[in-house]
Amino acid sequence: MKIRNADKAGEKIELQMTPMIDIVFQLLVFFIMTFKIVSMEGDFNIRMPAAAPQAAPPEQMEFPPMKLYLSADADGTLTGIQLNESQPTSFQALNQEIQKLVGTDGGPGARETAEIEIGFDYDLRYEFVIGAVTAVSGTKTTQGDVVKLIEKIRFNTPEAPE
Amino acid sequence: MRLAKKHDSSILEGDLTPMIDMTFQLIAFFMVLINFTQSESNDKVQLPDSELAKPPESVLENYRIIHLAEDGTAVMGTKQEHYKGLRTTLDLQYREIQYSGDEPALTTIVIRAHKNAKGGMVQELIQICQEAGFESFALRAEENVNSGFKYISPVPAGG
Repeated sequence: MKIRNADKAGEKIELQMTPMIDIVFQLLVFFIMTFKIVSMEGDFNIRMPAAAPQAAPPEQMEFPPMKLYLSADADGTLTGIQLNESQPTSFQALNQEIQKLVGTDGGPGARETAEIEIGFDYDLRYEFVIGAVTAVSGTKTTQGDVVKLIEKIRFNTPEAPE
Repeated sequence: MRLAKKHDSSILEGDLTPMIDMTFQLIAFFMVLINFTQSESNDKVQLPDSELAKPPESVLENYRIIHLAEDGTAVMGTKQEHYKGLRTTLDLQYREIQYSGDEPALTTIVIRAHKNAKGGMVQELIQICQEAGFESFALRAEENVNSGFKYISPVPAGG
């Protein structure tokens, strides 16, 4: 009996690698070109109905109403912070002041009634507004956990620039 | 004299396996990390950073994004105009949300404002949205990995 291709038994079959490498490199270049490092983003939620919200009667409020005002110079740099009657000198001091007012050791829901109205000069740069919102809305523990402080944040009505 | 073993006249081929291994690993790396949520960002907007800005645990269901550039240009969807002229676009969005059966008051307006934009512009933008019937807002910030408050007042304590 004749064995077919008996003479080719030890022959090595070679794949054509060139087209595959071409495509693979094209894919690689595509992914490298479209790659963009995007940092994580988060939101601060504020609820502001069009009608001016009615403040709760004093007997229902666990915490006194808080008003925060941020002053700015002509460049939009923060020049002063006023929280009710006190004047914290930094956002860190503001955060500590808020912690004193609403406390951090209350159980869930203990700070639900705490509310703050934030006002600021028209020219104040938005990064300082977010800095103040950060300082009043929570604090980070040394373990990296976030402790919420004031969740009800609203802005006052804007004043037109002079 | 001993002669070296004579090879065949076939072409010399390098071993491609390690290179292909590495290339596939690189492709896998970039494929996993590729970000398809580019539509939420805008080149004109550089967000302020905050140590408490963490990605939300639950994804917002009904939301509209407004980008506010430093010069007051607002971008909402495909519309780009000054933020003071955004009312018409907001009214259209309001009707679109109503038509789709959702509650506009429960739709969150995500504000992505440039960190150097004037705070008053953001206030006015919120007011325009309120006049259009929106009530829920989210101020977007970038996560700051270096925790701590940035602003230290030039005014000394008690001064």
